[in-house]
Amino acid sequence: MTIADLPIPPGAEPSAESFLGAKTTFRSWALTTDHKRIGILFFFATTLMLLLGGVFAMLIRIEHLTPGPTIMSEETYDRMFTLHGVIMVWLFMIPSIPAAFGNFIVPLQIGATEVAFPRLNLASFYVYLLGATIVIASLFYGGIDTGWTFYVPYSSHTPAAVLPTVTGIFIVGWSSIMTGVNFIATVHTMRLRGLRWMRLPLFTWAIYGTSIIQILATPVLAMALTVVGLDHAFDWGLFDPARGGDPVLFQHLFWFYSHPAVYIMVLPAMGVVSDVIPTFARKNPYSYSAIVYSTMGIAFVGFLTWGHHMFVAGMSTFDAGAFGVLSMMVAIFSAIKVFTWVATLYKGSIALKTPLLYVFAFFFLFTFGGMTGVAVATMSLDVHWHDTYFVVAHFHFIMVGGTFTGFLAALHYWMPKVTGRMYNERWSVVAWALVTGGFVVTFTPQFFLGNGGMPRRYYDDPARFQSLHVISTVGSWALALGMILVPIYMTYAFFRGPKSGPNPWGSRSFEWRTASPPPERNFEGPVDFSIDAYDYTTPQTEDA
Amino acid sequence: MTAATRDHFATLEQQAQAVKLALAAFLASEALLFTAIFALVAAYQSDWPAAFRVGIEHNTRVLGSINTGVLLVSSTILAVGVETYRDGRKKLAAGLTFATAALGVVFLVIKLTEYAEHFHEGIYPGGRGRFFLEHTEHGLPTFWTLYYLATGLHAVHVTIGTAVVGWRGYRLLRGSSLHALEATALYWHLVDVIWLFLWPIFYLA
Amino acid sequence: MSAATLPGWAIHALGLPPEASALSRQIDGLHAAVISATFAGTFAVFAVTLWFIVRFRRKRDFESTPRVVASGVREWFQGAALLALFLVFWAVGYSQYLRIETPPEHAMVVYVTAKQWMWKFSYDDGQSTNDTLYVPAGQRVRLVMTSRDVIHSFYAPSFRVKQDVIPGRWVNLWLDAAQPGSYPIECAEYCGVAHSNMLGEVRVLSPADWAKWRRGANPGEMIARGRDVAAKNGCLACHTLDGQRHVGPTWSRLFESRVALADGRSVVADEAYLTRSMMDPNADVVAGFNPVMPSYRGHLSAEEAGALVELIRSLKDGGPKPVVALPKVTSP
Repeated sequence: MTIADLPIPPGAEPSAESFLGAKTTFRSWALTTDHKRIGILFFFATTLMLLLGGVFAMLIRIEHLTPGPTIMSEETYDRMFTLHGVIMVWLFMIPSIPAAFGNFIVPLQIGATEVAFPRLNLASFYVYLLGATIVIASLFYGGIDTGWTFYVPYSSHTPAAVLPTVTGIFIVGWSSIMTGVNFIATVHTMRLRGLRWMRLPLFTWAIYGTSIIQILATPVLAMALTVVGLDHAFDWGLFDPARGGDPVLFQHLFWFYSHPAVYIMVLPAMGVVSDVIPTFARKNPYSYSAIVYSTMGIAFVGFLTWGHHMFVAGMSTFDAGAFGVLSMMVAIFSAIKVFTWVATLYKGSIALKTPLLYVFAFFFLFTFGGMTGVAVATMSLDVHWHDTYFVVAHFHFIMVGGTFTGFLAALHYWMPKVTGRMYNERWSVVAWALVTGGFVVTFTPQFFLGNGGMPRRYYDDPARFQSLHVISTVGSWALALGMILVPIYMTYAFFRGPKSGPNPWGSRSFEWRTASPPPERNFEGPVDFSIDAYDYTTPQTEDA
Repeated sequence: MTAATRDHFATLEQQAQAVKLALAAFLASEALLFTAIFALVAAYQSDWPAAFRVGIEHNTRVLGSINTGVLLVSSTILAVGVETYRDGRKKLAAGLTFATAALGVVFLVIKLTEYAEHFHEGIYPGGRGRFFLEHTEHGLPTFWTLYYLATGLHAVHVTIGTAVVGWRGYRLLRGSSLHALEATALYWHLVDVIWLFLWPIFYLA
Repeated sequence: MSAATLPGWAIHALGLPPEASALSRQIDGLHAAVISATFAGTFAVFAVTLWFIVRFRRKRDFESTPRVVASGVREWFQGAALLALFLVFWAVGYSQYLRIETPPEHAMVVYVTAKQWMWKFSYDDGQSTNDTLYVPAGQRVRLVMTSRDVIHSFYAPSFRVKQDVIPGRWVNLWLDAAQPGSYPIECAEYCGVAHSNMLGEVRVLSPADWAKWRRGANPGEMIARGRDVAAKNGCLACHTLDGQRHVGPTWSRLFESRVALADGRSVVADEAYLTRSMMDPNADVVAGFNPVMPSYRGHLSAEEAGALVELIRSLKDGGPKPVVALPKVTSP
């Protein structure tokens, strides 16, 4: 007796009119206002950007196989690491989980038929596409070599395609704000009648917290990049010391956005973790309110820590000290979440499926990455580590080990929801092992490179660091192989995989209380959220 | 947005609430955009107080203050317009809305006149122009470039706002909702409030 | 923490370069503590998770589970305890950071100009070197640094110190090499196409070698240069060398004297005060004088500023007698 044999409750049959099957013309997809289709459009667009950014990463690592030139010149290398950062941060990490999975899942989780502003949603996709296109187009104008952080005065003067790149990022930023505005309005006003805030699934809370950061932080980036663009294109000299400018001011503006930005990147992944664990451990969260308050705590306190990127930039020691304390405080919120997630497993009924495997990878990699974050917030240590590979390793542990594993967990968790098909578990476990193992081999040596004093953004490696670089590069090949496997078996599953039924995981979460794939209007018949999204105490003989 | 609901909203109230919230979120992001500029201004003002004093002295104070009046009057008119709409006098409300848009145009004309005046004196962004050969205080180029950045960005918002307000006036004649008018008014008031910060910083000693 | 020294195997295992100073030893002690906590915390999470996975693995499909909710007290206690640990790390790190950032008194000064893509060092005896910084063992050295073009960052990993070097501003970094040797300098802020080749070396000399190296230069050179710079940049329009009060304070007997400031504070007129006054004259206005001095940010190279400081230092015990009596300038 498998899940597929269980009787399907009324209203949850996969209707012939599922959102996928209803209309199949190009126009029906290109002009859709269905949040589920827009989520899928974003998924493919952001995943394409992930692959592009990944190609740059692979090339960077190959360049480090030998000390001198290996496959590219120094000018090209400087453009590679810049575009790797720009594409990964703004074209994948920030939009992907909210705009792809958030769009699809949040209305389902709140019992709504749509987001608050469906046409704004569609517009946000095209704005994203426009911005992304302009950023990619800058490649054809010679690319940029400033690093994704655009520090002045270098970025004001470098004869590179600064203006198209900052323009593209500026436009993608507007897409980010539109997404944030839409989700805030949606979660506030489109909830099912009677569905209180403190009964919402935690993934929805995570998207809500992320949206607040998006609308408040992104405009500051817009301003910082506008000034860089004006300085570069028209020589306005606002950060030019000879004309009275202060280059460090740019850093304050930039990091005021870019630190909260890392929480835009990690909160949604944490939301995925908060939902995957209860499903696969069949257990209520150990402390729902701790997760909610930590999420909001991260969203707000995250705005107060930006100076920890500037401990050696020339700030007063008092200001630096304050930023250090605040950074320690924001770390506690993440620690509370990790405790809560682990404790949720206690007395659970744990099934080690691929989504949970990615969550466990998240536990290990995010905890280690987070603790190294505490380490770099220890100011005297940061003086040594700043701008070295230690920091590169730290943020890749969080972003790849944290956000990317969250992204993969979401993909494997919700794939049956979106398509009604199940992927092959054996392949997914193999891919998981390659991704996790490959990641560890790629980035652990980089902590040691940083300890040894290897700075980042170096084309030429001092000889004493060479063997660690080689190990790191080999690891990247395993990571890439794992990543390539995923679209292969997922595509196969979409066309040929077994039907999953409406709720293959037996989850209580609200999005599973309708057919998979859902009908166009999400729910057929009356919506019943009376049983809590995390209530596994009552017997469940069918996937209701 | 018409007075009828879009079909994914259950009630008119739900739609109105969603619009208000979305607008509040959007206005918050606009406020942060200008806060970034104000942060730059504050930092540079504390670096170069003497240069800022000199810059303010040479600014077009009369025209700038007239513009302050223009915006204040326009906001008042629009607020009255909202009230008249509530009282059911839609044609009057539309007229007041058009008047607000007209004042927006006046603001822009005066602003362009000011820029022309600055150019005439040889004050260009980036510290270019003969003014900076005659006045060599450290930090003076920064004052003027910030002035162009802040007032330029604000003028872009006034332009967009004028277009939106004008469009709203036209739609009012065809029966658009009170909520839509209120939302428009809120945006215009924000544009006004931002100017009320810019004006003392760049014009008043 | 101050007496703790990491054993050699630990330094090697962590991949750290050998420690070149007493301060770097202290920093490594904290490093070891923090990294151990990192490993311990991660291992604990991992071990507990593994145990739970085995102990609570699913036995039947759709089985129900008991509702387990946190006791508020334990949650708060755990969070508070962890925060306390993190704040201890912060406190030790901050006190070390203050020591890193605060140059000690009576340090030998070297003026550093960073430019794409090299390091220029100017010593107070008038010598200049490129890319190799010569310092004596066992003596504190303060680097006063500025950049000619973009932001660079002076990084000496063996000393565990780093400081961004910014155009238009001067920043300090100090080191105290324990024994003779050679240690790498790297640029740690991306500065263009030869960023990874902007390398240098700290060459620490024994006292004997240092004396030999020093003797090869003319101390008067810097002072003469200072006079030149002062005349060319308009300093002498407001500052006298002969003790007379003019628009600005006299430079005679100024060096390392105690100066009363307009806002009530008093400071010692050391190199930091003098160079800051050149860049940001309104920061420390002297009592009894008007705040009319323009800033020289972006107008003086490190060498020129260094020369001015050497000139002022040479007037420490009084300048020449006045030749011409200057008119009185009104106080504020």
